Amino acid sequence: MDAVIRIDNLSKIYADGFRALSNISLDIRRGEIFALLGPNGAGKTTLISTVCGIVNPTEGSVVADGYDVVHDYRAARSCIGLVPQELASDAFESVWATVNFSRGLFGKAPDPAYLERILKTLSLWDKRDNRIMTLSGGMKRRVMIAKALSHEPTILFLDEPTAGVDVELRRDMWQMVRELRDQGVTIILTTHYIEEAEEMADRIGVIRKGEIILVEDKRILMHKLGRKQLTLQLQNPIAVVPPALSQYPLTLSEDGLQLSYRFDTRSDSTGIAELLRKLNAEGIDFRDLHTEESSLEEIFVSLVRNDLERNTV
Amino acid sequence: MNWYAIRAIYRFEMARTFRTLMQSIASPVISTSLYFVVFGSAIGSRMVEIDGISYGAFIVPGLIMLMLLTESISNASFGIYMPRYSGTIYELLSAPVSWLEIVIGYVGAAASKSIMLGILILMTARLFVPFSIEHPVWMLAFLVLTSISFSLFGFIIGIWADGWEKLQIVPMLIVTPLAFLGGSFYSISMLPPVWQTITLFNPVVYLISGFRWSFYGVADVSVETSLAMISLFLVICVFIVRWMFLSGYKLKN
Repeated sequence: MDAVIRIDNLSKIYADGFRALSNISLDIRRGEIFALLGPNGAGKTTLISTVCGIVNPTEGSVVADGYDVVHDYRAARSCIGLVPQELASDAFESVWATVNFSRGLFGKAPDPAYLERILKTLSLWDKRDNRIMTLSGGMKRRVMIAKALSHEPTILFLDEPTAGVDVELRRDMWQMVRELRDQGVTIILTTHYIEEAEEMADRIGVIRKGEIILVEDKRILMHKLGRKQLTLQLQNPIAVVPPALSQYPLTLSEDGLQLSYRFDTRSDSTGIAELLRKLNAEGIDFRDLHTEESSLEEIFVSLVRNDLERNTV
Repeated sequence: MNWYAIRAIYRFEMARTFRTLMQSIASPVISTSLYFVVFGSAIGSRMVEIDGISYGAFIVPGLIMLMLLTESISNASFGIYMPRYSGTIYELLSAPVSWLEIVIGYVGAAASKSIMLGILILMTARLFVPFSIEHPVWMLAFLVLTSISFSLFGFIIGIWADGWEKLQIVPMLIVTPLAFLGGSFYSISMLPPVWQTITLFNPVVYLISGFRWSFYGVADVSVETSLAMISLFLVICVFIVRWMFLSGYKLKN
């Protein structure tokens, strides 16, 4: 598989001794959307900052599009666009001036037509002469994306792109990210909105305490770790779960009308057929049933918790 | 060389200058004019000539230098401190630019502004006091060299400072006193011998002396010494800035 970013044994220890990244090795594939998930303080931003040249690595190496980010920094950085988490902008500049500045800074010849296209895509064209300080938070976020895209990067880092962004803008951004991917741009986004990763990503990496604890194709991950829940709507309420069914992890709702059964999709037998037969034998009728797959959020929480338990044992 | 980046930074900084025209240009010009009115015309008319030069004309080079130093430092330090303060420095650090390109962009813009300001003050001074310039090429050379050196010095302060107060401290507490005591308003030969020796440790003396020589052909110290001192200062500043960027001092973790 063609890796557009190759992170090898990367560690970062800050001056105060804090170990933000520990021996991280990770390949990002060309053209994919990679979501980096992790709780606050897990090292997501440090990892991105190290790849982009804002933080010096303590150990290890990062190669972006074939160029080492320290030794060949010019070539490496030219192909990377970064949208940082914090809204930092030149408040007194106009939108048009700031995107032109970014393009120049990254060594590209002026191209007003291209920048016009970017601003139009991001619904910023009408605001091009406005000072950035007069824009709303969501608009400022768009400006930062426009700046990151101004030099036509082939790799785009989005550090918590939708934090504090309204639903509409979030959908717009998702759409834009997909379009960029279709144009061949590799996208690495960090988020703690799991639904974002679920919606967008091709692959998911989970980082915790500076260590990558898992990297997996999203579908495989959901399949591998997914749990399902079978919910039965009963015809008549029951007071307790009959003893004959005690071997099943069943939960009964308070009104006695709903019976839930959690099962692991990975096990050889889910036990559903057997359960339904036994319910029938007990004379419990149901009028409806449905199954739910666990979301990535639940997977994530269980992963991080398991890891936590393993570490504390 | 990433010329587009140098141009982008330079333009960005110059745009900031022209956006704040009142503060950048008008206020130093007005305050210098006041010096000329008070010291040149009002008090100066009652002062004796120094080295055969009328007092009003004598203080012209010193006053231009004084303004050049403070404006170069404040403009360059603000230029780099602002992105650090607002957080936009991330873009500079993640861009394919070397420390030299960043310095040429920022310091070049700050120095350009100082040079424009110096020439503007020179023209304003001409309205108040008559004077001539004996060595115009040398005058320009001193103007340019001083602007670049002190913009570099300001750039260093802008990286070093981690608060608005620190940004002001060096210009206020060190540079202004050095400039006032460096012979802006008097010739060093007017001081008692002990103070004449002490003054030679003040680097600003060499700047003002050399600059004044380019106007009137008289100097407190030799023009070669002046040139050597200012060049030395420039080289030291370049090395400090280079070290700051390569080590990431206060810029990178």
